[in-house]
Amino acid sequence: MNQDRTALCREIREETVRCIGSIGVGHIGGCLSLTEILCSLYFKHMNIDPKHPQMAGRDRLVVSKGHAGPAVYATLAVRGYFPREELLTLNASGTNLPSHCDMHKTVGIDMTTGSLGQGFSCAVGVAAGSRLANDGATIYAIIGDGESQEGQIWEAAMFAGSHKLNNLIAFTDYNNLQIDGTVSQVNDVAPLDDKWRSFNWNVAVIDGHDLSQIDAAIAAAKSQDKPTMIIAKTIKGKGVSFVENKGAGNHNMPFSMEDAERAIAEIRGEA
Amino acid sequence: MSSREMREVFSTSLKQMMEQDKRIVLVDADLAKASGTTGIHAEFSERAMDCGVAEANMVSIAAGLASYGYIPYITTFAPFATRRVCDQLAISVCYARQNVKIVGTDPGIAAELNGGTHMGLEDIGVIRSLVGMVIFEPVDAIQLEKAMPVIRDYEGPVYIRLFRKALPDVFDASYTFDLFKADTIKEGRDVTIFASGIMVQESVEALALLREAGIDAELINIHTIKPIDRESVVRSAEKTGCVVTAENHSTIGGLYSAVAEVLSAECPTVMTAIGMDNAFGEVGKIPYLKQRYRMTKEDIVGACREVIAKKKK
Repeated sequence: MNQDRTALCREIREETVRCIGSIGVGHIGGCLSLTEILCSLYFKHMNIDPKHPQMAGRDRLVVSKGHAGPAVYATLAVRGYFPREELLTLNASGTNLPSHCDMHKTVGIDMTTGSLGQGFSCAVGVAAGSRLANDGATIYAIIGDGESQEGQIWEAAMFAGSHKLNNLIAFTDYNNLQIDGTVSQVNDVAPLDDKWRSFNWNVAVIDGHDLSQIDAAIAAAKSQDKPTMIIAKTIKGKGVSFVENKGAGNHNMPFSMEDAERAIAEIRGEA
Repeated sequence: MSSREMREVFSTSLKQMMEQDKRIVLVDADLAKASGTTGIHAEFSERAMDCGVAEANMVSIAAGLASYGYIPYITTFAPFATRRVCDQLAISVCYARQNVKIVGTDPGIAAELNGGTHMGLEDIGVIRSLVGMVIFEPVDAIQLEKAMPVIRDYEGPVYIRLFRKALPDVFDASYTFDLFKADTIKEGRDVTIFASGIMVQESVEALALLREAGIDAELINIHTIKPIDRESVVRSAEKTGCVVTAENHSTIGGLYSAVAEVLSAECPTVMTAIGMDNAFGEVGKIPYLKQRYRMTKEDIVGACREVIAKKKK
């Protein structure tokens, strides 16, 4: 797809804030930090077909930080998996769009996630499955920096590195914020690049809001004989100043439809 | 005594199924030797994986493989297949509805010389509340062999609580297996013994002592503890009016609890339990441990007398 991804990112951000605004509270910070990554995956890099969401041999994405569900839903809706109006049903009674990703509820979701650490292990299993099937798929995963404090992340990292699962391309959303404060203060995961390298992964450190850096890191990952971790330095709440300014408080915050309208004005450059 | 170890029956059957069905994969966690699956790794280098000592990763990797259309079998000791990975079973497997078969070996006192740390005496209690989890405990090699293809064809998570070594045969070749139907081993009128796993054979031996004492006991093997065969439980309890459960597990959360849940709702019945009474295990051989924790045939007879006496009041 050769659409203008900068414009698409604006659309995805708008739909994300509208989605969370519809229920008045949500994990907005860690959703907005993923916009450029999700946009790049669904509009440029992933071999997918919104009309055939279960297409065999398709590329898959496991969003292990499952609370970023609304950002994924916004991206899927803009990509055409389901109508955008459905985004306004986030967490409503009986919804198909729960806070955390659920493969049995939402069209286009490849793995159920939400208990941190597990989704990444599942992604490793999916990559192992694709390799067994020899179908040429690329498996993408997104983990959080706070999530990287989970031991299971490193169990999975060790296995994928040991088995040279080079069909696995993962991102760390390195926004340095978690619920109880900054990641570096609570329980520092740094140096992340050295950690992943020592687990036998190819590592790239990029600006997670720079589309060309995302493209270059993915392109480089595809010629590796090992899995790739793209450490994406991001801003939690990116693109909406009053969310960014909340710092750690933006993990799961009240966010009304009026807030969404203010946010959209800023995203459009009207504020 | 069967000449075949239970793990040999398991691994031979799994290997045969893997030869026929490319969807089946094996994921171990550094206990392939103990589980008897080493030969499978030798034969199927791609479809048999070893996660090393990382059980949480093993469970979620299996879920990922299942999401790709594979049928993964994961194996480790019973406590590490359950209590250690409860959240992975709950979310990656059950909540995500992934078709993973979980094999927990040497449950309860079968851990013998590995002692208290390795005695899964709460494994059933821990995972029985997980939505969609089927819990199966075979009683001998014949039953296990007949169960293997049935479990493969059942779509959904199944926990196989597997004693590893040889066991005396309870059934013969004519036995027909139904995953959701309990086995009536002997009919009787005075008391019902619901038994599972290695406590079935102990109960069979208790039957002779009971006969000598003039007690006509009914013995039912509950090989599937979840979902339990409610009909058989209620029908037998209504007939005999008193119940003993016998399990190689804590009396909290396992067979006793499962039977009591059914009977309290449908047919309140005098009950007592043979099993671990809120205690940790310790090192020892099975005969010693059965004595130590009141799990012998004599204890079963005593329990039968106790509930019969209460019934007559």
